[in-house]
Formats: sequence, C-alpha cells, structure tokens
Amino acid sequence: MSAIDPIEPMQALPLEAIPDNGLLRFLTCGSVDDGKSTLIGRLLYDSKTILADTLHAMQRSSEKRGLEVVDLSLLTDGLQAEREQGITIDVAYRYFTTGTRKYIIADAPGHEQYTRNMVTAASTADLAIILIDARKGVLAQTRRHSYIAHLLGIPHVVVAVNKMDLVDYSPDVFARIKTDYLAFAGKLGIENIRFMPMSALHGDMIVERGERLDWYDGPSLIEVLETVPAVHGAHAEKFRFPVQYVCRPQDSANPELHDYRGFMGRVESGELAIGDAVTVLPSGRETRVKDIRVLAESLPSAVAEQSVTLLLEDEIDISRGDMIVKSGELPTLSKQIDAMLCWLAEAPLDPRRKYLIRHTTRDSKAMLAGIDYRIDINTMEQQASERLLMNDIARVRFKLAQPIFADPYAESRGTGAFIVIDESSNNTIGAGMIL
Amino acid sequence: MSNAALSSVTLSHLDWLESEAIHIMREVAGQCSNPVLLFSGGKDSICMLRIAEKAFRPGRFPFPLMHIDTGHNYQEVIDFRDQRAAELGERLIVRSLEDSMARGTVVLKSADEPRNKHQSITLLEAIEEFGFDACIGGARRDEEKARAKERIFSFRDEFGQWDPKNQRPELWDLYNARSFKGENIRVFPISNWTEIDVWQYIEREQLALPSIYFAHQRPVVRRSGGLLPVTAVTPVKPGDQVEEVMVRFRTVGDITCTAPVESDADSVAKIIAETAITTITERGATRLDDQTSEASMEQRKKEGYF
Repeated sequence: MSAIDPIEPMQALPLEAIPDNGLLRFLTCGSVDDGKSTLIGRLLYDSKTILADTLHAMQRSSEKRGLEVVDLSLLTDGLQAEREQGITIDVAYRYFTTGTRKYIIADAPGHEQYTRNMVTAASTADLAIILIDARKGVLAQTRRHSYIAHLLGIPHVVVAVNKMDLVDYSPDVFARIKTDYLAFAGKLGIENIRFMPMSALHGDMIVERGERLDWYDGPSLIEVLETVPAVHGAHAEKFRFPVQYVCRPQDSANPELHDYRGFMGRVESGELAIGDAVTVLPSGRETRVKDIRVLAESLPSAVAEQSVTLLLEDEIDISRGDMIVKSGELPTLSKQIDAMLCWLAEAPLDPRRKYLIRHTTRDSKAMLAGIDYRIDINTMEQQASERLLMNDIARVRFKLAQPIFADPYAESRGTGAFIVIDESSNNTIGAGMIL
Repeated sequence: MSNAALSSVTLSHLDWLESEAIHIMREVAGQCSNPVLLFSGGKDSICMLRIAEKAFRPGRFPFPLMHIDTGHNYQEVIDFRDQRAAELGERLIVRSLEDSMARGTVVLKSADEPRNKHQSITLLEAIEEFGFDACIGGARRDEEKARAKERIFSFRDEFGQWDPKNQRPELWDLYNARSFKGENIRVFPISNWTEIDVWQYIEREQLALPSIYFAHQRPVVRRSGGLLPVTAVTPVKPGDQVEEVMVRFRTVGDITCTAPVESDADSVAKIIAETAITTITERGATRLDDQTSEASMEQRKKEGYF
C-alpha cells in the first residue's frame, strides 16, 4: 500500500463554477477484492471531498486494525455489522462535486447473493463503472455486473481494469482483457463501452493520470464522468406525466382559486409546452395545456425529471394514478405485461398468490401468468423454471386487474418500470422492466 | 450517444435535487393518510418548507408541521419557528421532551445529560397520539455513515425501530410508503443533498434563517478542541476561561450538544465560501453527541431516532 499524503488544507473550489453544473448518478460494481471501495475513496480523496475529521476517523480505524497507512476503503464501510465483517452489505450513497458537476455514487456490493442490491443501485444510475482486477481478468461476476447494467438500461458503461500496478502496468494485459470483454459484451448487445486501465490504490487514471500508464491515451475516469451527458435516454422520448396529486384549494376568500385544478407530478420523460394538445388516460379525454406552474412562476415548458403543476384548458376529472400524455403519442393500455423481473424477497414467488404491482403512480392487483425462462446470470443461459428465488432474474408474464399505461423499459425507464409489493407484509419484493 | 439538444435541457444540480424532493413530498401526500412534516427552525427544515410550498401551493400543505422541543433550544430558533409557521398559515404542533420527563417516560441519567437522543421517545409518543403514518424529515445522507445507507422511504416498526439489514428495496422513483397501523414511514426528501447544496438552495431561494446561523459575538469556552457556548443550560464550570468569540452555528439543535464554529461569515454567500473550503464535516464540527462512538447514529436510529 502506498502512503497517504499528510492532510493538507482543502483547496478552494471554484465558486463561480458550482451553481448549475448538472448532476450525474453512477454506480460502481465489483466485489471486495476488486478495489471498489478504494476507487470510491480515491475519487473522494482526490476531489478533496474527504474532510479532515473523517480522515482522522479513518486513520484511527486503520491503526486499530494494525494497518500502517490509511485504508481508503474504510470510507464506504457504513454500518457497524459491515465494519465487523469487513464487507459491504447494502447500497450506500456517496456525494462529491468537482465544481462543474455534482455526483451521486451508488456503491453496490458485488457478491452473487446481492444481485438485488445491484439492481436497486442500477435503477437510478446514468453510468456504471465495472471493475475488473487486472490479475484475474473477466470473471463470472464481470458478466453478471455487465448483464445487470444492461438489463437496467444504464446508458454508459466504463470497464475499469484496476490494480494495473500489480501487473507492471502492462498494456498487453489491458488489451487482452478488453478483447475478452468485447467478446461477451457483443453477444449481450452492450454498446457504448469505454475501457480504461487504472490503479485506484496509487491514484493512476482516476483524477490524476499518473506517469505509469503513459501508453494509454484515452480519458481518465474523471474526464469521462465530467463529460458524459447526464440524461437517461439516448433518443427523444415521448411525454409522460403520471399524476401524483391533485390541487383543488377551493379557497372561498380568493375567487381566482374557486375553479383551480392543478395536476401535480414529475415529467417522467419527454417535454411539454403551453398550448400542447394532451390526452388524459384512462379516460382518453383531450384538451390543451393552459399553464405550467412551479409556485407562482409560469414556465413556457417542462422537461424530463422536472416537478411541475399542469393547468388544463378544459375541466376534466383527473385523479392520482391517471396519466397525461401528448396526443398522438399514446402508451400501450394493457392488462397483461411481459417483463424481465428480478425477485428481491426471501420468500419465493408464489404463482398462486395475488400481488400488488406499482407502476408510475398507479397500483393494480396482479397474478403471475407464467415464467417463460430464468436467466443464469453467470452463463447468461435461459433455463425453464417453475419458481423464482431471491436474486433470480426471469422473463415473466403478469395478468393485471387494472390496466396500466406502459412503454417498453428500453424506451422509457419511468413508464417501463414497476415494483411488486406483498400486501401481507407491505414489502417491496420484485422489480420489473416491461418488454 | 445523446444528441446536443437533449443535453441542453438537462436540469441544473439544484433544480434536479429540488424536483426530486418535490416528487417525494407529493408521493407522501398521495400514498399516506396522515403524514406530518418535522420542522425545527433549522436550515434543512427551512429548505423543506420551501419544497413543500413548491409541491402544494396554492393549496394548503396536506400535513401539519411538528417540532419535538427538547426545552434546550435557542430562543432565536424557537421564535423563528413560530413566525415561519404563522407566515405560511400552516398548523404547528409542538411536543416537548419536558412533558415526557414529567410523565416519567423520559428519564435522564443526570440533569445535564444531552437530550438529543431522548427526542425519539417524545417523537414516538407524538406519532402515537396523532396516529401519524409518515414523518417527513430533513436528514441528509452526507451527514453520517449510517444515514448513507438509509432509504428515502424508511420503514419503522411499531417501536419506531430501523432495521438496517432488512430495509425495503427502493428502485427508480417508485416509492413504497405502505404501512400497517402502528408502524410508520420516515421520509427524507433531501437525502441526496449535501451541506453545500442546502446553502446554495438557501441563497438561490433567498430563504430567511434564524440569526444564529450568521456570525455574531458569543461568550464561549474552549473545550476538547471545540467551542462550547455559555448559556443557562451550559453554565461556566470552575477553571473555564470564558472568551467573546465571533461565531456562527452550522447546525442548530439541542444547546448542550450543538457547538458553534469560529467564523465572520455574516451572509449566505460568505457561508457558502467557507463551506466550500472547510476541512471538517458538519457533524464532526458541531455535534458533540455523535463523537461518542463511531456507531452512535446507527444505534440511535435503531432505537427510533430520526
């Protein structure tokens, strides 16, 4: 292990650059041994995010464990049980800013039994860093992580070949791993992959380029993070606005509010402008957008991920669970769904039971109509299966009591995703992606 | 790769965080039958009130505000709390730790024991009294290691306990606020905000704050590297050297466990500049009770703390 520099005063962040810098959510996938926690610690340390008292606490913990230098991985070991076992058992979220962008890191454990954690972390990520130990190359877990990243529709994948220091920074090792990876990634249909060699321990090619990887002329990790677009979809998406809440103040003191009906929600995808023709589902009634409000402010348009209040030209009965879409871009109205499902609960999926499916702001009772196949996520083989256990991923069909307004997940995460809830425990037990 | 037109409409980081928080509050309103928003008069809960305005105006908030008062709060903060609730025209419930002490449900080990950790009991009593099924709070994941792993919608059993190893999976923006009678959900809309995000939001929205957040002269005693304010509940001990120091509070809570930092930042802009170059985390600098043990927050949360 290399020595950590003595604690230096923080450098001032460029203040003018901090506001309006956009936000990128990314996920790190790897097991304890791949140096994932060290990579995150390195990003936070080199971006000057670790503050002195946290560093002192890490120093104390490192000393208690008999280490001679600070173990950067201690930064991400959050819970008492994890510190005792020396492993990460749940998704943890970390934050840093470079002055030009804010980052949310989802740190997911890599063991097979924690597929559900990676699925959880991947569901909100724009980019995945898949760690490979340069000494070991592409392993079953690499394929597993890549498959899940692809399944969850993460638009950008960085394959980080770590621990290059332990293979003498060899370009041949890097090239061989790249070839191996591309061989199976092609079969899965994963595109947009960036490969980079690094040593998280020594800080090579993370924030600093270092001097030992001079044969590599691609971007460093931070350069990639700073420049990838922080949007989910790669194509112009259709406008989808699930109604969360209806505002009817009926304030007798204020005549303007007598007939006020504000439809509140967050734009899941696409864009809307005042005057646009919209259709309300499930009624199918058509009208136009009268105003788009945030507090007293009227916005000319609303974009994906923006929470707004819509006012419509005509008085239409709309409640939570309804969806407002642009006329001419209607989603599929369906009481039957085909989906990829990740099972998250200890208890297996029971084909005889009724479950609750939550899709956008809409709930429906649901029953399994069939399991087409289960995926072995180590070999990517499709296997026939009668039941699903925790961490299983399968292609399934559900029958619904109420119709939902769905898009294929590959086109729209917000209107293609659903969760399965067990009404007897209220627990979230499944995560689905509509095909 | 995405085209340029799409990336040009990406929200700024503050807009994104605000939008996420509004969405979360509306989910609480849509899914829960009797929620409450915890409002202490502190900077994070002040941001929460602005988010609630953006989420629900011109309607009323679909929940009352509630403060669990330890009886050891700065008067400036209590005054601010009352004034802000009155300006918004929203109902404010105050439940006092001292009432729990009088009932005998809170028993202090000693009269000067920090009261923060006992707030859990008063909170649970208030949840039971009003039958709240969700409590919205302003905790952030960057504050502390245990919080970094807590869900945005965090399930608590009938004893108010958090079980970190048995949390509900939380995917996409599909939140699960379901609970049975007696259980409740704690909801943290600004989970993904950091201290500097909060200050930038306060600046952008021009939010008013209690005066003690800004630099002021205050009698303090230096103790174990920190500053201890001299007040009625934290009196001078024999041998203490009292100094008049220019200080501000980075966080406000129970007087006995909230310390000020030396600063001459008398505006939000100056506080942001200081926060950007600070070398100590917010809790490390100012929360005397979190330093007792590395796992103290996790322990308190398991016992029902926010």
